[in-house]
Amino acid sequence: MIRLEPRTEPSRAMIALTPILAVLATMIAGGILFSVLGKNPFEAIRMIFWDPVLGEHAFYYRGQILVKAAPLIMIALGLSFGFRAGIWNIGAEGQFIMGAVIGAAAGLALYPSQSIFVYPIMLIAGTLGGMLWALIPAYLKIKFNANEILVSLMLVYVAFNFLAGMVTGPLRDPDGFNFPESRSFQQWDAASNPELIAGSGIHWGVLMTLGLVIVAYIVLTRHIFGFHIRLAGQSPRAAKFGGVNPNKMIAICLGLSGALAGMAGLYEVTGPAGKLTTTFPLGYGFTAIIVAFLGRLHPIGILLAGLLLAVTYVGGDVIQANLSLPKASIQVFQGMLLFFLLAVDVLVHFRLRFKRGI
Amino acid sequence: MSKLLRLNGLTKAYPGVIANNAVSFDIGTGEIHALLGENGAGKSTLVKMIYGLVKPDSGEMEFAGQPFAPSEPRAARQSGVAMVFQHFSLFEALNVAENIALGMENPPRSNILSKQIREVSAKYGLTIDPDRLVGDLSAGERQRVEIIRCLLQDPKLLIMDEPTSVLTPQEVDTLFITLRKLQAEGTSILYISHKLDEIRTLCEHATVLRGGKVVGTCIPSQETAKSLAEMMVGAKLQTPKKAATELGQPLLKLENLSLQSKDPFGTSLRNITFMLRAGEILGIGGVAGNGQDELMLALSGEELVDANAISLKGEFIGQLGPTPRRMRGLLAAPEERLGHAAAPDMSLTENSLLTAFYRQRLGRRGFVNKQASENFTKAIIQQFDVRTPGITNTAKSLSGGNLQKFVVGREIVQNPTVFVVNQPTWGVDAAAAASIRQALLELASNGAGVLVISQDLDELMEVSDNFAVLAEGRLSKPQNAKGVTVEEIGLMMGGSEIA
Repeated sequence: MIRLEPRTEPSRAMIALTPILAVLATMIAGGILFSVLGKNPFEAIRMIFWDPVLGEHAFYYRGQILVKAAPLIMIALGLSFGFRAGIWNIGAEGQFIMGAVIGAAAGLALYPSQSIFVYPIMLIAGTLGGMLWALIPAYLKIKFNANEILVSLMLVYVAFNFLAGMVTGPLRDPDGFNFPESRSFQQWDAASNPELIAGSGIHWGVLMTLGLVIVAYIVLTRHIFGFHIRLAGQSPRAAKFGGVNPNKMIAICLGLSGALAGMAGLYEVTGPAGKLTTTFPLGYGFTAIIVAFLGRLHPIGILLAGLLLAVTYVGGDVIQANLSLPKASIQVFQGMLLFFLLAVDVLVHFRLRFKRGI
Repeated sequence: MSKLLRLNGLTKAYPGVIANNAVSFDIGTGEIHALLGENGAGKSTLVKMIYGLVKPDSGEMEFAGQPFAPSEPRAARQSGVAMVFQHFSLFEALNVAENIALGMENPPRSNILSKQIREVSAKYGLTIDPDRLVGDLSAGERQRVEIIRCLLQDPKLLIMDEPTSVLTPQEVDTLFITLRKLQAEGTSILYISHKLDEIRTLCEHATVLRGGKVVGTCIPSQETAKSLAEMMVGAKLQTPKKAATELGQPLLKLENLSLQSKDPFGTSLRNITFMLRAGEILGIGGVAGNGQDELMLALSGEELVDANAISLKGEFIGQLGPTPRRMRGLLAAPEERLGHAAAPDMSLTENSLLTAFYRQRLGRRGFVNKQASENFTKAIIQQFDVRTPGITNTAKSLSGGNLQKFVVGREIVQNPTVFVVNQPTWGVDAAAAASIRQALLELASNGAGVLVISQDLDELMEVSDNFAVLAEGRLSKPQNAKGVTVEEIGLMMGGSEIA
């Protein structure tokens, strides 16, 4: 029988290896899932992981990978700081929506100005919108010790309805034949976030994401703030002794993750999405939680994990189109990834021992 | 005298260490037998094997003439072995009778149990009310609950692990009376302690462990405390000496400091007032749980108090947090090494940053200077003889004594104006304890003020210039440490004669 034996030190090899193991386990379990649905599992897995990157029609999909990866990575970077400090912002989806709505509203107030200040104003407004939305759970946690997991999650549904109210009300396109959507930002140069190189998927948000990965890496490994974040997560009482104010930490971590989610929302609404609609949220805020953990809460890991999850997003579109699998099947697939990651994580702190007999 | 327990060649190895190596000795019926040894000598492992918590790799035991190999504590209890642990396992929110019932296989009805508790407590002088909430009891009373729990099982062998570490001298006397009564009735007692004077007065035989092996047996009453200690350590001991110094300027003043404890079973501080001068070591004694932790938090800046309640060199600092206090020269080392004074999973270098980043300028604009922080860490390790393979090792990989040297050294290397330390040598072997005390004495003779909070009276008497006792959140008036007797201290610890 198999026994788990605690390791004296966490295994560094396993920290790097478990994400790969999790991906493999997800492929196997996903393959079983697809064959139960009556599809060829090898074909489905190939379509998810291979076709978007190197397949026959990959030129069409490749741009999509960066478009999807950028918001995932940007949001996950913000979340990773809080997760390291033991502050659980589960509501990035809501902050993403609020960033898009507030940023879009700030821009639309200036319509049809062609000033070069329009876009910076929208970016700041979107970032602040996401940040303030995340500071609500922060305030409630500091003031009343309310659980930030519940509050931030519930605020996602408030944000959903706020978005719906806005696109059917104040932000509805006056020239839009009463459709529940805002004006298009793609057709308004001062407020658009266009694809910079045709077919590449690169827009301003992608470049910003790459910059943020580097900044996050430096802060986490070289700056005392990164040290305090890790300290607060591993050993809260030692952190307090070291002079880390736990309330300040809550506000900073939630505010920061909300700001990045809001910024991602603004780049999304002005770029790939183009306008606010009721179907604007795609679940990036939730998937980013998977990205953060799959990337081991480390900026470089998050970069890689974001690209991988983006591939499964695009691959999900491929199997949806080619194998007529339901959209939910790819969401299950992504969910399994987190599930398996958490399961194989046990190998970091334990080793398996095979023993005969009892 | 007939033998109750016979150990023969007990060996237990853990990966990388042999905790017990062919340990053999006997305990007679009605004998109080001491088990002596430093931390890590293998006392706990040995006791756990007798109590069925750990299985020996080889060797055998005999209990009352029968082969004895308990597979679990329940089996050991059924044979008549009972144990009082050093750390109590009691629920503070339940009353005494409920706590005792929880530890029994078949608890009787509560009114019958209460009656039994009253009978046992009257018989052995263990005064306790079965209806009281454990959270309201003192440490000594909690220990009585644990002892009564054992006595209700009618044990033949009672194992006591460091039973007096939390007691006042008077409570120790009461405990000894109880133990002698049990002995007179034929109960054997295995008594684990590192307090050598107690062992000399109480125990008939002693077995000394060092490095997992029996290194000697003796009759304690025929030995001196010093000879017992040297047997334990295996080397000659040096007593730290303080150079006589004149006390200088007042450095730290507390005036009517009060603090409501956040812990429901903690102790609030009430009107703490004292003054600490340059070159002075002020010892604060008292039983744990009388406000020591709260006083530490109030001084380190983790809990804020009235601005005017604390002043450092004339500046009011009660409202300042830990970092600004450190910048002004008030450094602290809390009692709990892992999790409070140090982050267990972080490297020693990272743990240096914990208190030294700002004061030692180990970086610029918040960016950590790797070289500077490594050099600082190496300086601590070198000056305080911290045994570790390297500065990248995690704090939890160090032994208790080495980590304590690191935690105390980290502050002393930073040249504090005032240094506050809680339990500087708790759970530390004798050699490391002596070197830490020496460092405190040197720090004071170099003109710093040192506040030592400790439960170890011998330690306080050894290092302190002045001495006060913390009881129920109040501090007695500090007095010259040379003039007080142990009896006076005991009364102060019990809360009386508080000036």
